[in-house]
Amino acid sequence: MNRYPIISRQSKNFNVRSGLNAAYYFLLPAILSIMVFFFIPVIAALVMSFTDFDIYGLNSIGNVRFIGLRNYIRLLQDPLFWIALKNTFYFVLAAGPLSILVSLGAAILLNSKLIKYKGLFRLSYFIPVVTTLVAVAVIWRFIYHPRFGLLNYLLNVVGINSIDWLGDPSWAMPAIILMAVWKNFGYNMIIFIAGLQNIPEQLYEAARIEGANRWQQFKSITIPMLAPTTLFISVITMIGFFQLFAEPYIMTQGGPLNRTLSVVQYMYQEGFRWWNMGYSASIAFVLFIIIFIGTLVQFKFQRKE
Amino acid sequence: MNTVLIKKTVLYLFLILTSILTITPLLWMISASFMSDGEASVFPPKFIPDRVVLDQYENLLVRLNISRNFINSLIVSILVTVISLFLNSMAGFAFAKYHFKGKNQLFNLLLSSMIIPAQVVMLPLFLMLKSLGLINTYLAIIIPGLANIFGIFLIRQYILSIPDSLIESARMDGATDFQIYRTIILPLSLPILVTLAIFTFTGTWNDFLWPLIALTDNSMYTLPVALANLMGEHAKDPELMMAGSLLTILPILLVFLVLQRYYIQGILLGGIKE
Repeated sequence: MNRYPIISRQSKNFNVRSGLNAAYYFLLPAILSIMVFFFIPVIAALVMSFTDFDIYGLNSIGNVRFIGLRNYIRLLQDPLFWIALKNTFYFVLAAGPLSILVSLGAAILLNSKLIKYKGLFRLSYFIPVVTTLVAVAVIWRFIYHPRFGLLNYLLNVVGINSIDWLGDPSWAMPAIILMAVWKNFGYNMIIFIAGLQNIPEQLYEAARIEGANRWQQFKSITIPMLAPTTLFISVITMIGFFQLFAEPYIMTQGGPLNRTLSVVQYMYQEGFRWWNMGYSASIAFVLFIIIFIGTLVQFKFQRKE
Repeated sequence: MNTVLIKKTVLYLFLILTSILTITPLLWMISASFMSDGEASVFPPKFIPDRVVLDQYENLLVRLNISRNFINSLIVSILVTVISLFLNSMAGFAFAKYHFKGKNQLFNLLLSSMIIPAQVVMLPLFLMLKSLGLINTYLAIIIPGLANIFGIFLIRQYILSIPDSLIESARMDGATDFQIYRTIILPLSLPILVTLAIFTFTGTWNDFLWPLIALTDNSMYTLPVALANLMGEHAKDPELMMAGSLLTILPILLVFLVLQRYYIQGILLGGIKE
């Protein structure tokens, strides 16, 4: 099959700008803007990460010097960076699997043949996805209010004592995780529902004839058949969660005791509050490397299974 | 047969309960936004205002001039959506239906660069826009959104399925490449364009980190940045903040409810995330 038949240069009906040239005209605006405002900044960021670009550099580029790997070495010795890294991993490793589990559970429930009004349930699970993260973080900050918050009220109703969700160093991150799971699970749920619907019904029928129970069917049909979907979901969820920023920015400002400070937040503070832009660029690149490795690991991990 | 009934009942109860729990934060937001000052700071929390008042909205619109931020958000979101759809669809068309030197290399380069997180480019982009005098203008938000690699990819996939014969016969009739793009490609790719439009619009509307960096003045802030800023001064005014949150969420919620089918379709086409 020839995918590109419109460019036959010999064609009689060809005008001058057709064919080869037309493709470049169509590409030019998009590619140019991606080059200038994406690829060049990526390279510039890499270069910056090897310089001491700071507030003096902002005044005059003449003040900027190359310092080799010094930013990266400083980063490894920066306790605040390690705290941010630890918090971010805590968030990704807890909120990631948790939100995937919840979305799988919701997808399986909504895929059940026993129930009607699926659209309505699906809609209410999905609504948080289409809200604005900043607004949602604002709402949850009040829901987590130690004295007047809705959550503590509900906990009190079932006999659990109030928790200072965002003020207690050990509860602040779990609070952010809970909110992130609430905000995101509907998205992956939609993908899981589609994945479940793609599993041929005959597989389950055959398993039932062989006497497999529900759990066995789930383990040996549903899970393996969903593997590609799960991999896809894990990767996009992980990439998104590593970029944690708005939640701590709005809800805790990184506190208490830096327990919710995230890598992106630290990058933002260093780069755009203190104007340590060279240092900030090195943080951004470390984030990139982590996301890159995380993606590779997930692909490897999944292939083994 | 009885076990089926029990199963059904349990299932429904669970679904109803969790659905209500899921939307409770948003219902509370709506309710609290119509309360008078202080009414949402009581224990036990109120779910229904004693008297429905519009004080908070009046305060936001009249005193805090949040309509300005609303308009900012609307302008940049619409402009980014329209411009990027135009640029992405042309590039997607070129990748789908033309043969040119270096095509596959260019396409693979674009695809593999999608793993680079947006935060990486923010520092140089800021410096670049600053030197052009564009920081704190609409252009600072529009420029990084001009074209979008995932959008190009999505449109290309869709245009691949448009039969070449349609394009050929148009060419026989003497249509130029741009006429083919405008009269055949664009109308036939309408579903994917709508999907992409929704995601670009909501993505730009919801975006926080970059507008926070690139806009420096309250009158230029988009809604999320204005809301975050407001939170600094009004952390003790849940009623006001809920009204602000509602105004921020409402437009994209409406877009979603009207175009739900396209939205869901977009998710299934492959992970467009904000």
